[in-house]
Amino acid sequence: MTFEQIIFYFFSTILISGALGVVLVRNPVYAALFLILSFFTSSAIWLMLEAEFLGITLVLVYVGAVMVLFLFVIMMLDINMDPLREGFVKMMPLAALVAIIIAAEIVLVMASPSFNFDQSVVHAADYSNTKAIGNILYTEYVYPFEIAAVILVVAIIAAIALTLRRRKGVKHQNPSKQIRTKRNDRVRLVKMPSSSTQNRAGE
Amino acid sequence: MISTLKHYVKTFTLFELLQGLSVTGKYFFKKKITIQYPEQKTPMSPRFRGHHALRRYDNGEERCIACKLCEATCPALAIKIESEEREDGTRRTTRYDIDMFKCIYCGFCEEACPVDAIVETRVFEYHFESREGSIITKDELLAFGDKHETQIAKDRAVEAAYR
Amino acid sequence: MIESLISFWASLPIALTTVIVILLKIVAIILPLILAVAYTTYAERKVIGYMQIRMGPNRVGPKGWLQPIADVVKLMFKEVIIPEKSSRFVFLFAPIMVLAPALVAWSVIPFADGMVLADVNAGLLFVLAITSLDVFGVILAGWASNSKYAMLSAMRVGAQVVSYEIAMGFALVGVLMASNSLNLSDIVNAQAGGIDNWFIWPLFGLFLVYFISGVAETNRAPFDVAEGESEIVAGFHVEYAGMAFALFFLAEYASMILISALTSLMFLGGWLSPFEGTFLVNIPAIGALFDSGIHWFLIKIMIFLFFYLWFRATFPRYRYDQIMRLGWKILIPVTIVWLFGEMVAIGLGWTPWA
Repeated sequence: MTFEQIIFYFFSTILISGALGVVLVRNPVYAALFLILSFFTSSAIWLMLEAEFLGITLVLVYVGAVMVLFLFVIMMLDINMDPLREGFVKMMPLAALVAIIIAAEIVLVMASPSFNFDQSVVHAADYSNTKAIGNILYTEYVYPFEIAAVILVVAIIAAIALTLRRRKGVKHQNPSKQIRTKRNDRVRLVKMPSSSTQNRAGE
Repeated sequence: MISTLKHYVKTFTLFELLQGLSVTGKYFFKKKITIQYPEQKTPMSPRFRGHHALRRYDNGEERCIACKLCEATCPALAIKIESEEREDGTRRTTRYDIDMFKCIYCGFCEEACPVDAIVETRVFEYHFESREGSIITKDELLAFGDKHETQIAKDRAVEAAYR
Repeated sequence: MIESLISFWASLPIALTTVIVILLKIVAIILPLILAVAYTTYAERKVIGYMQIRMGPNRVGPKGWLQPIADVVKLMFKEVIIPEKSSRFVFLFAPIMVLAPALVAWSVIPFADGMVLADVNAGLLFVLAITSLDVFGVILAGWASNSKYAMLSAMRVGAQVVSYEIAMGFALVGVLMASNSLNLSDIVNAQAGGIDNWFIWPLFGLFLVYFISGVAETNRAPFDVAEGESEIVAGFHVEYAGMAFALFFLAEYASMILISALTSLMFLGGWLSPFEGTFLVNIPAIGALFDSGIHWFLIKIMIFLFFYLWFRATFPRYRYDQIMRLGWKILIPVTIVWLFGEMVAIGLGWTPWA
């Protein structure tokens, strides 16, 4: 076994046990932590495949942003786990069937001739995965890429539009208005004769 | 219109932030006013109200006549006095305790005293080593007065004109 | 003696010697870094003191130089208190989770030409990904403490860091476009050739955005709502004591130094000297001081650290909604506009952008 293989099996073991942990652990926050662990190790495996752009982006996007928001939501929820576990035995066959179908699909796709695993490409030291992906994304796959981007933007706008509701009568501050106030808007200095001069004038 | 434009120019040149930074930047180089306490001390007023002391007359006779005015006036009930007649027929204290934990250093005892017996000195650096140590007895107060008599007399002389 | 050592070294297997050399390099980076962290805390107290016309710490050792060491010793002897109803493992894991990314990111920072632990191709992305992990420790600490203040702080940090990461990433895209590389050494080398070639001039807006979001990312004043001592006691680390607290402290300052280092690498030409190519370099004896080298990098880091402290002494804390407004409504649009301008300039081949 070469050194690389040892590292690969090391990460794979962590990845699989992490993935199992996501499903098996009872506390949702721990499950989210296991998910982070799985993302991390899979990114390490990608790095071993010289796909450093994908590996780092996985950490950056999924671990750094998506999982933060995930944790954010899970931590605020007060989930009662018992009703979620009801009917476990009844649903078991269906769940197993779905799992088997998905596994079979993955195997079929991976075994298809378009995935050539035998082809072990050795790259030069200055090979940049980032540049390669950029080249192919903006030339060969530019239309699918742009269409995917547009779909995502539409999804973002739709999500915001669906959840946005303007409530009447809610009081809130407008920071940009607040920081624009000048001294003259709030304070007016008035010149008044002092009381002693007034008294003297009255005498 | 002009004011909006001015506002945007000010915002994006970070004008007000730079103004603030320049103020702290100037203070960075100013002379520091910290007093290095145990080595340096601020000047002290002759009216300073610190540790208590009981005074004596020049002939060594204690001033306190146990009139208990200080005990009566003490807002914190820190003073405890017991008195008896001495062989020579004068009234003197047999007990004069000040609980320093109760004392609020208001100086009313000093104001109330008709014979300038109880005074507050300039001494403020003192400590107790036990809980009971906070109660200062008559002997301790007299000894403290003897020790600091020169300073006490000088302060009283300076302040005499205003009393 | 020395010869026998050399021959012993040569007799070791290659795999072992590589590991030993890497470990030594790591120690050579981490040790000065931790010392620098200790003395940054000292500098912080001194600088803020000076700006408030006080003197700052000056009792422990000559001029107070031993103050940080005294602080460390004090923290080491304090008990690490674990709240009874906390989530024990996560509670103890969180400080490590904060500190580790702040140290890992240093592996790709080039200190001088070729002086780098791992010359990674996608160094810029790596740094961005690693620094985005910092927030986990804070969120977990807040959750595991089982305290309301800590929880509030965790929420604040989560939202704040995720928002400012976007502006930060966009600012880095500008650097990437100008330098045409993701490798940090290449980015610095793209700025070679005198002070006017530094990216701070053509990318001034991005520089400001990057440093401001860097300050927000490290939860430093004026963006320190996570700590907010006047509102939520000490935020996510209320329940921590002793060394566990010290790790949070260490991580905060290590990431401050990291952000300063990255800013100087990407906008101020890292180890490049401002006098590069002038007659000063050719002066005998002291010419080397004016030439590029690690000392310029350290000086630039110190300048940015001073700015950190200066900001803290000057600005009052932002309100939470103001932080969100600044991040989403000002910094991100500014970067997008700047990137668009840069794109046009590169497309048309205008110097100095292209």
